[in-house]
Amino acid sequence: MSDNNKKTNESIEKDQNFDPSRRRFLKNTGMVIGGVAGGSVLGGLLINQDKSDTATTDKNKQGAASPTEARMFFTRYEDFVVLEQTTERIYPEDDNGPGAIGLGVPYFIDKQLAGKWGVNAADYRQGPFLDSDPTVDMSSLTRGEIFILGLRKINEESQKRFDATFAEIEVEQQDEVLTDFANGDVDMKGIGSNRFFDLLRSATLEGAYSDPMYGGNRNMEGWKMKEFPGAVASYADIIDDKEFVKMDPVSLTDYQQKS
Amino acid sequence: MAEKLDKVDVVIVGSGWAGGTAAAELSKKGYEVVCLERGKDHSTEDFIGAKDELKYSRRIEMFQDLSKETLTIRNDIDEVATPHRSNETNSINGTDTGGSGVHWNGQIYRWLPTDFELRSKTIEKYGEDIIPEDMTMQDWGITYDEIEPYYDKFEETIGVSGEQDPLRPEMSRPFPNPPMKETATMALFKEATEAMGYHPYHMASANMSEKYENPDGETINACMYCAFCEQYGCDFGAKADPIVTVLSTARRHDNFELRNNSYVVRILHEDGRATGVRYVDTQTGEEYDQPADLVVVGGFTFTNTRLLLLSEIGKPYDPEANTGVVGKNITTHAANLTHLRVRGFFDEEKFNRYAGAGALGATMDDFNLEQLDHTELDFLHGFLIRSTQLGSRPITHNHVPEGVPTWGQEFKEKSLFYTHRNLDIQQQNGVLGWRYNYMDLDPTYKDVFGDPLLRVTYKFHDQDRNIVRYAHQKSKEILEEMGADHITVPEITDETEFGHNSLGDHTAGGVIMGDDPETSAVNNYSQMWDMENVFVLGASSFPHNSSSNPTNTVGALAYRATEGMIEYLENDGGLLVDPSKE
Ligand SMILES: Cc1cc2nc3c(=O)[nH]c(=O)nc-3n(C[C@H](O)[C@H](O)[C@H](O)COP(=O)(O)OP(=O)(O)OC[C@H]3O[C@@H](n4cnc5c(N)ncnc54)[C@H](O)[C@@H]3O)c2cc1C
Ligand code: SF4
Repeated sequence: MSDNNKKTNESIEKDQNFDPSRRRFLKNTGMVIGGVAGGSVLGGLLINQDKSDTATTDKNKQGAASPTEARMFFTRYEDFVVLEQTTERIYPEDDNGPGAIGLGVPYFIDKQLAGKWGVNAADYRQGPFLDSDPTVDMSSLTRGEIFILGLRKINEESQKRFDATFAEIEVEQQDEVLTDFANGDVDMKGIGSNRFFDLLRSATLEGAYSDPMYGGNRNMEGWKMKEFPGAVASYADIIDDKEFVKMDPVSLTDYQQKS
Repeated sequence: MAEKLDKVDVVIVGSGWAGGTAAAELSKKGYEVVCLERGKDHSTEDFIGAKDELKYSRRIEMFQDLSKETLTIRNDIDEVATPHRSNETNSINGTDTGGSGVHWNGQIYRWLPTDFELRSKTIEKYGEDIIPEDMTMQDWGITYDEIEPYYDKFEETIGVSGEQDPLRPEMSRPFPNPPMKETATMALFKEATEAMGYHPYHMASANMSEKYENPDGETINACMYCAFCEQYGCDFGAKADPIVTVLSTARRHDNFELRNNSYVVRILHEDGRATGVRYVDTQTGEEYDQPADLVVVGGFTFTNTRLLLLSEIGKPYDPEANTGVVGKNITTHAANLTHLRVRGFFDEEKFNRYAGAGALGATMDDFNLEQLDHTELDFLHGFLIRSTQLGSRPITHNHVPEGVPTWGQEFKEKSLFYTHRNLDIQQQNGVLGWRYNYMDLDPTYKDVFGDPLLRVTYKFHDQDRNIVRYAHQKSKEILEEMGADHITVPEITDETEFGHNSLGDHTAGGVIMGDDPETSAVNNYSQMWDMENVFVLGASSFPHNSSSNPTNTVGALAYRATEGMIEYLENDGGLLVDPSKE
């Protein structure tokens, strides 16, 4: 049972060399845009500024932004920036490959929230909602509402502690804020901050590893890091193999029948 | 006003393994049969290209539509129950044609001879004092030898691939198919447990090791080990499900009709006899009455219990007075207790964990009910142990050793590193009934039709926690022998309690079987003592939950029940078993 692919071992060592400066640069860009867009009537112009920055700020965005990458659910850019920054802290870019932003996770989450998941359409929604510390699913708030509340609360906490938006603060400060959310130490209306964080975390992993048709896992980079072959019709030929067999992933775009 | 339809011989509620098996046997006999299924129609064509983890494992596409109906849950009789609101925290109930049998794993076990006579055998061996106060342990009114031929019949229908368990009774003939293939991790598990003196064997499976034709002439294809099995329909027709077996057999007969989008809301009755059922067409909102001579209820544990309570059939169970039967003895393989797993992480080895099948694994019974001496232990019953390879899909499987954070840089690094370097040992324990664990109708919450939801009252006992703690120690020892470098054992405290995420797909009870109408709702033909032309099929009839998966026993009892139904229809009625009183 030897490992035919030594990459992961190597990258564990490289882990130590991970350079947070790139991360800070990205964030500083966010500071300019996020900071001004917050209260400026010139917001529209800033979209272009953002675009022209793209090439230098985000090496994972290959070429022009895909036409499916625009916000359906998040009406405020400043909420979306917090989503970008938080998902990237949960699943950061490293030597293994892209992080949440590079994988398209924020747009994935935006699309999910714009659909039936965001309004809990498949759930039982009749009241009364009696739980004192409800999980996300048991809350009277919809998933969409929880995201908006949580992301704004993150900015609010960041302002309170560091006098700057979440996108503007250092990664260590970001992690400090997020840790408090994860531990349930931040007061939120109607839902524990830990519950919100769990939702954010699981949505981030969903975006990293779901089929690319949903808008995340861009170019199957998530699956490549995970050594997950995707939609494969049969493993009958390798199932009893004692050696690890590495395969290139296949997405549903290629797997499903097409006319 | 409900529109009254033409009368048929038999109306069946639900098209899963329970309802489907009855549908096939009664249709073959020439009876006019209508099967009402609340969910939509679907079949193998719908499952092609369904290798989509987000849709099926996260958004739980194939499970009951909770916006229409759910359960309410509480621990104690004096608490207010609250609804289970989302399948994402816990998916319990199947829906659509074929029910849960379409997206099940297909792990097959017979139950143990002692299971069927649990109370008498326990008393015989240990004396009555070993049974705790308020534990409602009962015999089933049937023996293993009586049920064996029906196990055999169901196993032939679903083409079980497997081998004889060295510790269970010799089967009257071998399984119809040889065992499935063996993965590296299964071989490792077998090697380690054999070295420890245990008796591992290849878990029996309803995923086909070879292409198979069943006695009804239905073909099931060979499994591709495609790894999208549990929670998914099989795109190859290689997993025995009701659609490619029993429902296909029923559909060959013009006297059978499967009506989808038909939500049954009542069993109708007059003068102590059922006259049919009332249902709502969920696409039009119209109500219909479907008259029938015989009513078969196969809507799974919750629907079975709830329909009887809503229709006022049988005596509702009252835990305080300790009277009545309908709603009694709910038991489950709880997600947050029984189904917790001990996990091993391997630094040097790497396995093809992305591949697998729903019922691929190695298992053993060395700690099961009949192998243990309970005078030495702080629990009753026992557990099986297994190591499976179902296919580690990437959203769900991001396991890291203890001490590693659950997000951020280190989490990403380690969860990627260990993706194909971890495996779990699963135990599954027998779960016994308790006086105050029961089901009744909720006083507050309603379904979309305005009827009360079913309320589950359930509390863990020391028995439940002790058996799992013990099993986890044994699992840990096995992982050590297998060479795991890091092992995580889930913590079980005295505060570990049943909650909204606990109910499992192996939930039993509510309409339990026995030989005494005072303590059971149905006889061993699944016929209701209190209304002889109503047969209630499924795990609802289990007085307790064994350590093994339920469906082989559901199928076996469904075959026995249909024999009873045919006898009943041919001989113009009557109870098929004389009620006995202890
Ligand atoms: C993910 C998963 C994996 C599993 N794996 C295994 C396994 O490996 N081994 C094993 O032994 N068991 C397994 N099980 C359990 C197994 O699937 C069930 O025991 C079995 O399918 C139960 O069959 P049933 O016919 O009694 O109920 P169901 O399959 O639940 O069928 C009941 C049917 O009745 C319909 N219905 C319910 N209420 C109404 C109503 N009011 N009106 C009309 N129709 C109604 C439902 O829509 C459904 O189609 C698994 C279950 C799940 C969910
Ligand atoms: S693992 Fe086998 S039985 Fe299961 S879905 Fe894939 S091919 Fe079908």
